[in-house]
Amino acid sequence: MTGQDVIKITDLSVTYSNGHCALDGVNITLHTGTICGLVGVNGAGKSTLFKSIMGFVKPSQGSVKIHGDIAQKALKKNRVAYVPQTEEVDWNFPVLVKDVVMMGRYGHMGFMRIASKADHVAVENALERVGMRAYENRQIGELSGGQKKRVFVARALAQGGDIILLDEPFTGVDIKTEDSLIALFHDLANEGRLILVSTHNLGSVPHFCDEVILINKTVQAYGPVETTFTQENLAKTFGGMLRHHRLIGDDLHDDEDPRGLTVLTDDERPLVLYGEEGGEQIRKLNKKGRKRTT
Amino acid sequence: MDSLYTLLVEPLTYDFMQRALLVSLLIGVVCSVFSCFLVLKGWSLMGDAISHAILPGLAAAFVFGIPLLLGALIAALICAFLTGFLKDHSRVKEDAVMGIVFSGMFALGLVMLTKIETDVHLLHILFGNVLGISRTDLVQTAVIASICTIIMVIKRRDLMLFCFDPVHAGVIGLPVALLSFGLLVLLAMTIVAALKAAGIILVIAMLIAPGAIGFLSARSFDGMMMIAVMASVVSCIAGTIISFHIDAATAPLIVVIQAALFMIALAFGKRIKQHDDQAIATG
Ligand SMILES: Nc1ncnc2c1ncn2[C@@H]1O[C@H](COP(=O)(O)OP(=O)(O)OP(=O)(O)O)[C@@H](O)[C@H]1O
Ligand SMILES: [Mg+2]
Repeated sequence: MTGQDVIKITDLSVTYSNGHCALDGVNITLHTGTICGLVGVNGAGKSTLFKSIMGFVKPSQGSVKIHGDIAQKALKKNRVAYVPQTEEVDWNFPVLVKDVVMMGRYGHMGFMRIASKADHVAVENALERVGMRAYENRQIGELSGGQKKRVFVARALAQGGDIILLDEPFTGVDIKTEDSLIALFHDLANEGRLILVSTHNLGSVPHFCDEVILINKTVQAYGPVETTFTQENLAKTFGGMLRHHRLIGDDLHDDEDPRGLTVLTDDERPLVLYGEEGGEQIRKLNKKGRKRTT
Repeated sequence: MDSLYTLLVEPLTYDFMQRALLVSLLIGVVCSVFSCFLVLKGWSLMGDAISHAILPGLAAAFVFGIPLLLGALIAALICAFLTGFLKDHSRVKEDAVMGIVFSGMFALGLVMLTKIETDVHLLHILFGNVLGISRTDLVQTAVIASICTIIMVIKRRDLMLFCFDPVHAGVIGLPVALLSFGLLVLLAMTIVAALKAAGIILVIAMLIAPGAIGFLSARSFDGMMMIAVMASVVSCIAGTIISFHIDAATAPLIVVIQAALFMIALAFGKRIKQHDDQAIATG
């Protein structure tokens, strides 16, 4: 089952003012109801792709359409929510958790941004969903790393758009929080949203993504995780940049079984492939996450 | 009872004292509202820079016979944009660029003032002359200060979001460039309006200290703004009245009181922080 087209990127190229070409000829169509992983080395253009979707960088060529609108128009309709990297935020800023989530509602409010009953309800519901209701009167600096992340996810929820962009949401987050975030993403996708997540945790990708984009200035591969997230495509995308460990059949088994184990890691959670050379399949290290029902 | 009257009410029976108090309150309120945004955005130096950089604008306005306010506004904007441009096109950090631009412009203004006869008095620009405020000055200051205060209070949530998370502001479709430009223009207008009464030194202090006091004492933005305004109002009233009794310059006295309030907030704020740490440590 694939949902409606939401983001249509055609022939997109982005060149920064210093002449550096960060994206070149990107063609992708993303659908509602999916979680899509965005994977690539540092400097591959992941953040640039986000910025293009948000209309913050001008394409030198091609276009990004959101529900058929150009980015600026889609933003005005509150279609897109963005969850920033933790380092981008000033945690000493005097705002309470509920104030931050309320910021997601500003686009729905009038000229003076006076919150209505509906806005308060939306904020409470969003905090409830990420399990942060009890912390609503904390100052944002008084939270742990995982809690901070959840507050910003709540802000995206309160905003109510059907596209949520997350730039490396799992850095500095422990496995338990990561799993609870992933469970939340599954629910959100099942409700018909598009979740686009950039990550360096290769091992998590098959664990929670439906689709994956492998990027390195150009799109190296794009499609369902099962068929796209292969060792071959990863090698193409990362070049020699991956840590690569292979345990062959003899090391693993005493019998004649020729299957071997490959561990690929970019950063944190490794990707484990198991099987005969060339025919290895993704093995999930951790099966706790909810399986999607589609 | 009688002594209380001499202490608080008697100064205000004089016309010039009433005007001085009114003007310092007007400036105190608008500057303290501003200081919240400047402190949070990391633009504290901007007030310093702009208030120095308007000097050549004042001199030029006098020569060309245009309103002083307009000349100062143009100079202020040149300073802000030159800083932004040089920062983007060189490897020098923003504070250094800003320092060079505003001290250069200030020096240019000084040179111009020595070469041309104006009724712009350097000492008044530096230290202000709260007690020598004319009725027209008062009206002008009142109009500009009120407009700026009202705009900022009404748009405070947008401006706060612009300081806190400009990316999110952009994502929900707020005009980020306009907010940034608007804040600069309002800042330039406020400084120009405040300068005659308050002088550069007071304006710079008033554009930082109240926000810093509020930042140290409050956990929410509205709380911060309220504390900042209160601190500013208290120091303006106290400064004006005390200056009458001890025959001291009003503006510096206000700055001294604000600095004292800042120290108190620092001590008090620290205690809250320790208290918090203990609460976390014990459970
Ligand atoms: N504002 C900018 N001006 C010029 N070049 C830039 C700018 N931002 C990014 N780049 C360049 O564009 C390329 C892509 O950067 P981008 O931030 O999109 O990478 P990324 O995939 O997000 O990397 P990371 O994994 O480190 O977050 C990099 O080579 C970077 O140096
Ligand atoms: Mg990035």
